[in-house]
Amino acid sequence: MTGANRKQLLSLILRYVPLILFAILVFSFSMISPRFFAWKNMINIVIQSSHIGILGIGMTFVLLTAGIDLSVGAIMYLGCAMLAVYLVGLPVWMAMVIVCGIGMVFGAINGLLITRLHVAAFIATLATLFIGRGLALFVTGTQLLTLPQPILELGRSTILGLSWTIWAFGIVLAVSWFVLSQTSFGRQVYAIGADPDSAAKAGINVKRTLFYVYVICGLFAAIAAIVSGSQVGSISPNFALQKEFAAIAAAVLGGTSLFGGRGGVLGTVFGAILIQTVENGLVIVNADPYIYPMVIASIIFLAVMVDSLRTNFLERIDQRPIRIEGPN
Amino acid sequence: MALLQLENISKSFFGVEVLHGINLTLEKNTIVGLIGENGSGKSTTMNILGGVHQPDSGRMLIEGVPYAPASPRDALASGVSFIHQELNLFPNLSIEENLFIRGFPHLHWMLPVIDRKRIRARTKQLLDLVDLQVLPGTLVSRLSQGERQLVEIAKALSTDARIIIFDEPTTSLTRREIDRLFAIIDRLKTQQIGIIYISHILRDVLALADNISVLRDGSVVGAGHKSEYNIDRMISLMVGRSIKQLFPKRNAGSAGEPLLKVEGLTQPGVIRDVNFNIAKGEIMGLAGLMGAGRSETARIIFGLDPHKSGTIEVAGQKLENANPHAAMRAGIAFLTEDRRAEGLLMNAPIYDSEALPNLDTHSHPRTGWIDNSALASEAEKYSKRVQLNTTSIGSVLARNLSGGNQQKVVLAKWLMRNPRLFILDEPTRGVDIGAKAEIYRIINALVDEGCAVLMISSEMEELIGMCDRIAVMSNGEITGSFSRADFNQERILEAAMRPSRQEGGA
Repeated sequence: MTGANRKQLLSLILRYVPLILFAILVFSFSMISPRFFAWKNMINIVIQSSHIGILGIGMTFVLLTAGIDLSVGAIMYLGCAMLAVYLVGLPVWMAMVIVCGIGMVFGAINGLLITRLHVAAFIATLATLFIGRGLALFVTGTQLLTLPQPILELGRSTILGLSWTIWAFGIVLAVSWFVLSQTSFGRQVYAIGADPDSAAKAGINVKRTLFYVYVICGLFAAIAAIVSGSQVGSISPNFALQKEFAAIAAAVLGGTSLFGGRGGVLGTVFGAILIQTVENGLVIVNADPYIYPMVIASIIFLAVMVDSLRTNFLERIDQRPIRIEGPN
Repeated sequence: MALLQLENISKSFFGVEVLHGINLTLEKNTIVGLIGENGSGKSTTMNILGGVHQPDSGRMLIEGVPYAPASPRDALASGVSFIHQELNLFPNLSIEENLFIRGFPHLHWMLPVIDRKRIRARTKQLLDLVDLQVLPGTLVSRLSQGERQLVEIAKALSTDARIIIFDEPTTSLTRREIDRLFAIIDRLKTQQIGIIYISHILRDVLALADNISVLRDGSVVGAGHKSEYNIDRMISLMVGRSIKQLFPKRNAGSAGEPLLKVEGLTQPGVIRDVNFNIAKGEIMGLAGLMGAGRSETARIIFGLDPHKSGTIEVAGQKLENANPHAAMRAGIAFLTEDRRAEGLLMNAPIYDSEALPNLDTHSHPRTGWIDNSALASEAEKYSKRVQLNTTSIGSVLARNLSGGNQQKVVLAKWLMRNPRLFILDEPTRGVDIGAKAEIYRIINALVDEGCAVLMISSEMEELIGMCDRIAVMSNGEITGSFSRADFNQERILEAAMRPSRQEGGA
């Protein structure tokens, strides 16, 4: 029994490493600067982490199937580029729908490349990353552009006293949680991530499900583009550069496995907030901006390492023994 | 009318007939025990029944109605359910989700939201049927192997199965879980269900089944009520064939200093206290059923898997840090069970596969440059020596070779290293008779030069024909050891099916 207890404890620790880290960070930043632990700053962190959170939620769908989508940052840039250049005169809602459409088209291309042409997800989405960024650079002429006035107003607008950003974040989260945990589609995503062969044997249409997963990821990237664009107000050629890694890090920090089948969107939200807390905290304690990437990288490394450890650990537990040791 | 009837089912793979007119009858409310050695045709028969393969001739009837499943889905729809040795559960989903993953009931036809209440209630019922008292929402990863087996049965019941096939369901269960499983199977058979129970554990089959069918070499060699059988009769029916004259004569191995000395080799959950020696010029066979720990022992000796205690000595030198590199330097070669995945670079020219384990011996000690011309001529030489039948080792891809020729490539790549100990894991699996005889000749020539051989095989007559000694494994332990003078198929098989020391008389 002690062996089983030790295993349980270990898996518990492995599960909550990010949470422990979060507590330590909040505590130390609060010690260093009283401004950090203010209500206003907390709300600020949530608003600032919204776009990574939305991006990460889309990424969670993909990671749950043991896939990856590197093109989400590029979709964000392209979406905002379209807003700034071609969709200027349109009503806001129509512009938003078109941007979402662009994101879904990119997701569909990813999905088709992966399920029909059997291109590895890493390569397929790397290709669409460069296509997306290339198109956006072409559209903007590599210039710094300001987004149209209605989008900026949207960024400042509030509903029931809460920023529209938080609403968008909340709605995406609620819908995603519901889809993943309460619908056939969602449970099948988990099954595919655990074992695609068994899933196919159980009669799940694996290709179609994977296709939809990438479309969802593309759609959420487009929503993240609108959210981020409405906050920042302008886009430079570096806009949303490497955001795919922040999104993956948010998902993995939140307990979603890169190996598929384990995790969920609630954790991702937590992961996104954790990343933003670090950045926010570093700003507030006046850290040298050049150390930000190193700190973020260390956190990502830690998250991925914990994920690997946890996966190895669970694999060992699930292994079929030849002999059954111990008393029967 | 019989629930299920197989009439004259035949099946060939690649021109070789593996099933010769199988007949099998299953009545309602009965259990048929199906036994036979590895490769006797049990799996092929069951795969035909389960819709994985289609028969070449013959027909199947369920309650008199012709049954010809084109896929596992068809089989399932016809009420034929399989419980495989490898479970098909998703550990990251709950029990109820696993039971309904094929098609969740929805709250409303327009809204694809899972009707949790309904699946929970139905799962509760099914779990009661298999006597598993856990909440339907429990994650499968939290269940023991035995409990997962029960969930698998509940899944079979959820599809309204009329025929349930159990394929070695007890291999990873404890004795208590086995007893519980048998009680449930016994209860199931009273509910208008027919059960086919496949197992190597003959006493279980005898205890559980009403009728017993014995397969050998793709034919049914015995079928009848269990009262006509005892374990001796079952074994003699399973093995009763004459040994083919495939095996060349050879001088008996010298009983000199042991070249390989394995003492107390133990890895929890895998093998326990394995001891044996192999002398220079000796072939030792390792017999046992699938999953008895034979390949695992080989992998541990070659340093692919860890061991917790015990020692491995080659020519008096202890192999300290177990890894394949050290094993190779000590003169060990290892022909693995699965040559396609582990022995060959399938999509590369033959030469690449042959060169790979010999790069270190053909490269400059300081710069690491490879002496390509020496390596190539060496590869040519050994390819000839194993009588590899191909036009060019530099251009023909490994995957385009026949099974026998592929195996010769694996032999050649290791022979280039002049091994002192050659571990052969199923060296003639999937190889035609002609190539088999050639592989036996190569092994004998090797042994005559003083190489020691550890040979794992599921073909009993191959072991009896080739080996100087045979050790038998069961449940990760050595349960018997025979020298050439007292080789006896039935006694070897009996040792392979003997429960290990730890299980005692249970």
